[in-house]
Amino acid sequence: MTDLTKLTLAGARDALKKKEFTSLELTDAYLGAIEAATPLNTYVTVTADQAREMAKASDLKLGKGQGGALEGLPLGIKDLFATKGVLTTACSHILDGFKPPYESQVTQNLWHDGAVMLGKLNNDEFAMGSSNETSFYGPVVNPWRRNGDTTKIVPGGSSGGSSAAVAAKLCLAATATDTGGSIRQPAAFTGTVGIKPTYGRCSRWGVVAFASSLDQAGPIARDVRDAAIMLRSMAGYDDKDSTSVDRPVPDYEASLGQSLKGLRVGIPKEYRVDGMPAEIDALWTRGIEWLKAAGAEIVDVSLPHTKYALPTYYIVAPAECSSNLARYDGVRYGLRVPGKDITDMYEKTRAAGFGTEVRRRVLIGTYVLSAGYYDAYYLKAQQVRTLIARDFTEAYAKCDVLLTPTAPSAAFGIGEKTADPLSMYLNDVFTVTVNLAGLPGISVPAGLSSDGLPLGLQLIGKTFDEETLFRVAYALEEAAQFKAEPAVWWRS
Amino acid sequence: MRNREPRNEDLIKGMTGDWEIVLGLEVHAQVTSNAKLFSGASAAFGAEPNTQVSLVDAALPGMLPVINRYCVEQAVKTGLGLKAQINLRSIFDRKNYFYPDLPQGYQISQFKHPIVGEGEIVIDLAGGRSEIVGIERLHLEQDAGKSIHDLGPSVSHVDLNRSGVALMEIVSKPDMRSADEAKAYVTKLRTILRYLGTCDGNMEEGSLRADVNVSVRRPGGPLGTRCEIKNVNSIRFIGQAIEYEARRQIEILEEGGKINQETRLFDPKAGETRSMRSKEEAHDYRYFPDPDLLPLEIVQADVDAIKASLPELPDDKKARLIAEYGLSPYDATVLVGEKATADFYEAVAKGRDAKLASNWVTVELFGALNREGHSIETSPVSAEHLGKLIDLISDNTISGRIAKQIFESMYKTGGDPAEIVEKEGLRQVTDTGAIEAAIDAVIAANPDKVAQAKEKPSLAGWFVGQVMKSTSGKANPQVVNEILARKLGLSSDG
Repeated sequence: MTDLTKLTLAGARDALKKKEFTSLELTDAYLGAIEAATPLNTYVTVTADQAREMAKASDLKLGKGQGGALEGLPLGIKDLFATKGVLTTACSHILDGFKPPYESQVTQNLWHDGAVMLGKLNNDEFAMGSSNETSFYGPVVNPWRRNGDTTKIVPGGSSGGSSAAVAAKLCLAATATDTGGSIRQPAAFTGTVGIKPTYGRCSRWGVVAFASSLDQAGPIARDVRDAAIMLRSMAGYDDKDSTSVDRPVPDYEASLGQSLKGLRVGIPKEYRVDGMPAEIDALWTRGIEWLKAAGAEIVDVSLPHTKYALPTYYIVAPAECSSNLARYDGVRYGLRVPGKDITDMYEKTRAAGFGTEVRRRVLIGTYVLSAGYYDAYYLKAQQVRTLIARDFTEAYAKCDVLLTPTAPSAAFGIGEKTADPLSMYLNDVFTVTVNLAGLPGISVPAGLSSDGLPLGLQLIGKTFDEETLFRVAYALEEAAQFKAEPAVWWRS
Repeated sequence: MRNREPRNEDLIKGMTGDWEIVLGLEVHAQVTSNAKLFSGASAAFGAEPNTQVSLVDAALPGMLPVINRYCVEQAVKTGLGLKAQINLRSIFDRKNYFYPDLPQGYQISQFKHPIVGEGEIVIDLAGGRSEIVGIERLHLEQDAGKSIHDLGPSVSHVDLNRSGVALMEIVSKPDMRSADEAKAYVTKLRTILRYLGTCDGNMEEGSLRADVNVSVRRPGGPLGTRCEIKNVNSIRFIGQAIEYEARRQIEILEEGGKINQETRLFDPKAGETRSMRSKEEAHDYRYFPDPDLLPLEIVQADVDAIKASLPELPDDKKARLIAEYGLSPYDATVLVGEKATADFYEAVAKGRDAKLASNWVTVELFGALNREGHSIETSPVSAEHLGKLIDLISDNTISGRIAKQIFESMYKTGGDPAEIVEKEGLRQVTDTGAIEAAIDAVIAANPDKVAQAKEKPSLAGWFVGQVMKSTSGKANPQVVNEILARKLGLSSDG
């Protein structure tokens, strides 16, 4: 038998239906690949027994010609998603030993459609990071390396476990979350496809919260079709999440291959930032040419408040996180470091339980919400956020979708940026605007950097217009013909 | 804040002159609702610790609040009952602080944009006086859990049953000027809430608690610095706490000191307030809009529908009782204090002598209920039976005196007065022949008294007493009077 892990999600789906192999065989292939890939540190928990049980149950259904849209397909789950009875820590020490008595709605949707859980994927602690180096369980290593160089490269973050696992074929696809670029940037860094849908498209119920007004779940997958299949199963209204939106989930796969004739693609001039590598600029230009050749009309647009997006994001997100993370106090679950009184216990627990980046953001957030600073920081940031969203509304009067680079550079080496949080934050410069405006965005692999690392292009859509995103992403994928794969160096 | 001329009776005489108390109250009223404000868990009182706690109440990772629409309706209803502005758009904020009984590390409350704005309450005071107290706002918020410190020497425990229960915080304007007014305010607010069915007003179970803001000033002068007395849980304690706190502040000021703005606690055992935390120690709550919840939008049509369904409120009921039954404002005020009492009264008074009914309800029935520790809901005497008793008086079947005797029997047995009259043979004797015979017997037995009575007509009362005694009180007193007067030759007409 050929290596089953080579198949895409769609390919495996079709092959299972045709009974070319069983879900258990497929699942075992992945469990074997995971076991052989420990140097990548993608999985923090492997649920092998559970995976096999789920696969067997799927095989019974498939045998009867039944089963859901993802029947028998093995997936990786970002550790931010609560999984019933399975360790869920958001890769933080403070959630030591926490096994939720509940299943997140998004993963529940996947199991409902028949998917198989391989395990929990590494991520930046509480999804705070752009390189997956803040995880309590250590950094994830990108399967990609620079040409002729063994330097360990970051897989992006915060969904670095998801992106690396998909790129290294340690799952068919993975769930991820995106608060400021945490799906799209890791996808760009690993040559995978990642889509952050419109805010409200996927339920946040049971997803460990980082910044509630920005957090949104989405998939990372090998190609656009797989991402479309995944999102259809993940998305949907949930009355347990007050910010969830009640509208039907379309068949995203059906929009793939549709013509771009008459479609207007906006190019925001503010995304041509100072110091951006020439190869990113060149990639962007290539993307424009591809879409033009596919029949789209290219229009120049302006998003004048773009330059305020990062500072705005780094006020809003920490403010919300400082409050969201207050529940990790050592009283009810997770880590508790005893103290001489309650305040001492709080301080010791939170000092020991949170890593540097989380503590930094909790402190920033506490500061910007404090009496006397609220108006100057948080309130101002919310006003700017409104202006950023309005930029997009005005741009969409002239175009249907926007094309930008996903990140201002290719993936960097582990440890290269950890000492300088500001240069790390700059990674999110093209992605945070999308979260601030609540829009959908997708990253598609479009080429390699001069030293052989993947680069991605981002498409930003109108609210709840994921269908157009998938349609254009598919065209981009067709044109880019990105076939490169990382050399398999990690197998023990 | 209303401008009010200081009343002499309200002023406190200090060493250096008169002082005026200025009071504002924040009342926390638990919303009557089966479920909590943002989770489906039960909000019932008295369950075993930590048995009414959902994943949301315990703030597990990834749990999200969903507004309980019924609690919103209850808040709107209360706002309408307080004749207040209803805000069609309000916002839930997070009030951040750490405490073991606050699982989320923040309380979801409403800070800048409450669901209910300004309104007012008419309070009823001694001597038929009434005052208007302004309502500043009403907002919805979650209750915290309960810390229990006495189960072990070195550890505390937390009961999260209350965690997430819906509260309405009702904030008054600083319009009250005496402990009596503050007590009357809470009494009236409680009555309105109970009429509306939006809070059971049970202060013992903590369904209603008040934070009292107290300051003193020279009569009509500029406002003084206030202290907030937290969580006072009975109307009596509210009065005591205010009296103590006002005198404490006056003493400090008269000795040349100044008041520190602070939060204080009332100790009912010692009858005093004690400092809890100063302004400097106050939390910085870092309020910001809760990103898990959208702004709360309600539509005018729903507000109108709630308005149309409001019950008759105490002030309207009082006015109607005065107009319809000719009651005194005092009696009407007493009767509308509880809706059940007013309903009872109306059931008794309907088609009967309203004044007589009022006396029987407020004097006889209330007296017995108070003595026996019963409430109107648990009264052994039903409105129907009390009405029947009044009918028996009105149609002369029994005398007022016998009626009291029957009432006691009714209270003991819950029996029907007509049956008691028949069974115990208590029907009033109006048969003049029988009464005349009884009178003749008394006259015949007391010739000396008859002679004296001719000199001293007031002695007739003695004869009435003897006749009533010999008839076991059943003789119609009016008939006895008439015949006696004639027989003793005392009648005015000869």
